[in-house]
Amino acid sequence: MASSGVAASNDEYTGSLYVFEAPVRVWHWVHALTLTVLAITGYFIANPLPSQTGEASDSFLMGNIRLVHFSAAMVFAVGLVLRLYWAIVGNRYARGMLTPPFWERVYWRRMWHEIKMYLFLTRKVAKYRGHNPLAMMFMWLFNLWLAIFMICTGFALYSQGAGADSWADTLFGWVFLIEPSSQAVRMWHYVGMWVMVAFAIVHIYMVIRADVMSRQNGISAMIDGYRRFKDDGPRSPQ
Amino acid sequence: MPAKETFYDVMRKHGITRRSFLKFCSLTAAGLGLGPEFAGKLAHALENKPRTPVIWLHGLECTCCSESFIRSGNPLAGDVILSMISLDYSDTLMAAAGYQAEELLEQTIEKYDGEYILACEGNPPLNEDGMYCIQGGKPYVEKLRHMADHCKAIIAWGSCASWGCVQAAKPNPTQATPIHKVILDKPIVKVPGCPPIAEVMTGVITYMVAFDRLPPLDRQGRPKMFYGQRLHDKCYRRPHFDAGQFVEAFDDEGARKGYCLYKVGCKGPTTYNACSTIEWNGGLSWPVKSGHGCLGCAEDNFWDKGSFYSAVTNLKVAGNVEANAEKVGGTLAAAAAIGVAAHAAGTVISKATGKRSKQAEEVNNG
Repeated sequence: MASSGVAASNDEYTGSLYVFEAPVRVWHWVHALTLTVLAITGYFIANPLPSQTGEASDSFLMGNIRLVHFSAAMVFAVGLVLRLYWAIVGNRYARGMLTPPFWERVYWRRMWHEIKMYLFLTRKVAKYRGHNPLAMMFMWLFNLWLAIFMICTGFALYSQGAGADSWADTLFGWVFLIEPSSQAVRMWHYVGMWVMVAFAIVHIYMVIRADVMSRQNGISAMIDGYRRFKDDGPRSPQ
Repeated sequence: MPAKETFYDVMRKHGITRRSFLKFCSLTAAGLGLGPEFAGKLAHALENKPRTPVIWLHGLECTCCSESFIRSGNPLAGDVILSMISLDYSDTLMAAAGYQAEELLEQTIEKYDGEYILACEGNPPLNEDGMYCIQGGKPYVEKLRHMADHCKAIIAWGSCASWGCVQAAKPNPTQATPIHKVILDKPIVKVPGCPPIAEVMTGVITYMVAFDRLPPLDRQGRPKMFYGQRLHDKCYRRPHFDAGQFVEAFDDEGARKGYCLYKVGCKGPTTYNACSTIEWNGGLSWPVKSGHGCLGCAEDNFWDKGSFYSAVTNLKVAGNVEANAEKVGGTLAAAAAIGVAAHAAGTVISKATGKRSKQAEEVNNG
């Protein structure tokens, strides 16, 4: 099941291996695109562009920015739901984002190695078929939990405009029971955006770095789905 | 006073004519958003039901709720409700004082146990056993608990009673606590605002005494008819918001043209109240109409959110450290970027030194 491949022979760490199925890849790029759109429009909702001139009836700038933000948010939310569905029915690599194998000792041993490697404490590099344990943890924290946080606070804020009898209020109005101040919810949603931006920066850096430094490919795996190993040596750190 | 006295009897005693009474009924029905047939029902209820006494207590507060109440834009409503409630107990408005006044409370409990409405203005401070607010020689919190034990329902007037307001601002030395966190076993209607709008207050109180039940409440316990929408949803400057036309400074062209005040900190988009529909002082004006953004005074914790003049407000970062959400987020993203750059540099150095040591090793071994 969700094993991290302890028993796998070295054969599985040579040549190329189909890891990221099409739905996962499509979701990844839709997620990246909607995140970008949401971050930019969200920033301009919090800090509007310079005031428009002319009659109010000639312009709908803020209205359009909000429309794009809300539309992208719907895609983002539905995308996450479909991605979680795929985590259940897809292959083992699709499951990492939903349930990293925290209960396996080998997961933590490999995590410790990754941390040491990123802190320049070792120069040995291991091979991974899916995500390395550290990356998996980050996916779980940011693409699952932070995304859920943004969806809940976002739709809660959306429900304020949609009205007290809207579906958004029925499904997400409970957010205001936890935090009665909608200004505070707004600010946490905004801070969440910056955290997501920080995650995106680190994520992009790590992938490019892995592409160059590690013993397997990075970026191209999310394009055609194949993990390619650069050497035929053993999996363990070397 | 005879036990079967009705509201109508009381009003007539205070010299209010039947004509005025009926006018009051139709105005109040309209104010509550009820259909035209409800004016008659309201009149019927007030004529026939035994009067529900209202006890009006004051805790830590500034009396702005009372001030707002007695300035009800429609003097008729004010007079009527005032004559109804001042009979019982309201420190500020009643004629009695001292022992006489405190006696009224006990008399009400005796006569109307479980029937009267407790209207609370302000909140009790709980620190030092409530010693920061003493009334009649006793901590206010004791008086509140005693009166709440025997009441039918509680109205939490204003942001003090509903949320805590400025006396509950950090670090809240007196531990001022909103009513719903002190009284847990009675239905509470929150009527937030600093102060609430007079017509909202008279509307809520009339609904409760006339129909003998709580008005429909939203998730946070506020009457839906007055707190169902944000100021922003009914703001007459909303078209300027959607168009992207903002006041950038209080003396600019946009300010003169009456553009949206969002960028100078208007909290209309996050504030539930009826200011943009009922307005203040009989429809004379309200903050946005006068050219100043909403402070969000009807919202929880509005007093601890940093500047009133910034759209992006403060967040608690850790412990007692607060910072503007914009700065917190921006710093975080910048830190990530710098961290990434530093790590990339580290990688290059590590690679270079790694090669050198490898070469040295090879030389030594060779």
